[in-house]
Amino acid sequence: MLELAAIGTLAGLFSGLFGVGGGSVVVPLLVLWLGYGERAATATSLAAIVFIAGFAAAVQGAYGNVRVLDAALIGVPAVAGVLAGTWLQQRLRSRAIALLFAAVLAASAVELVIR
Amino acid sequence: MIGAVAIGLAGGLVAGLLGVGGGVVFVPGLVLALGLGQHQAEATSLLAIVPVAIVGSYRQDRYGNVRRADALLLGALSLAGAAAGVVLANALSGTFLRDAFAALIVVVAAQLTRRALRRSPDVGAATPPP
Repeated sequence: MLELAAIGTLAGLFSGLFGVGGGSVVVPLLVLWLGYGERAATATSLAAIVFIAGFAAAVQGAYGNVRVLDAALIGVPAVAGVLAGTWLQQRLRSRAIALLFAAVLAASAVELVIR
Repeated sequence: MIGAVAIGLAGGLVAGLLGVGGGVVFVPGLVLALGLGQHQAEATSLLAIVPVAIVGSYRQDRYGNVRRADALLLGALSLAGAAAGVVLANALSGTFLRDAFAALIVVVAAQLTRRALRRSPDVGAATPPP
């Protein structure tokens, strides 16, 4: 219970501050502190993210920052993307993709900073 | 509009493939491709994550992977932190927040690289989809 409160608070802060789900905080902590297997940790984290991201979005909405149309234009195709990605994951070597994506992220970071 | 749809597809695809994604793609995509400010991009990303997490956790629940009581408790206990995080984000300047976000995605890129290099190339991602 105490561990869950600590994980939830950290994940919430991280999610609210950066606009991400917070899974990269929740998953390793569920594994380390509560002895979860990786599969259960990822699944449970996803379910918690519904609440975390939903509530953080609502608070951001109070600040007038949420662009609802853009969120729908992103969120709905993203569901199709996840289904396709999960399907592909069984059939592809993911190492090259992980490295390529890491490179794209690093380039995005540079682009963000110099902008 | 096409830009937003492309960001969504890309973020979802990466999330399904690598178990990392969603916001890490949505936020820079919204800033760099659609020209949103950092605060708006983060706020919009949070809302876009919700349908992805709903569908993903529904599927995971059908496989019996979700520990429901813990997930509910975790969600409930995260609300104060989430509100504090949003308040903090809005107290910070867009420039500072954007640079901090850039640092965050560099860390994610480093973790992905380390994980990918450690793993045998024949084995799929060790983590289930997001």
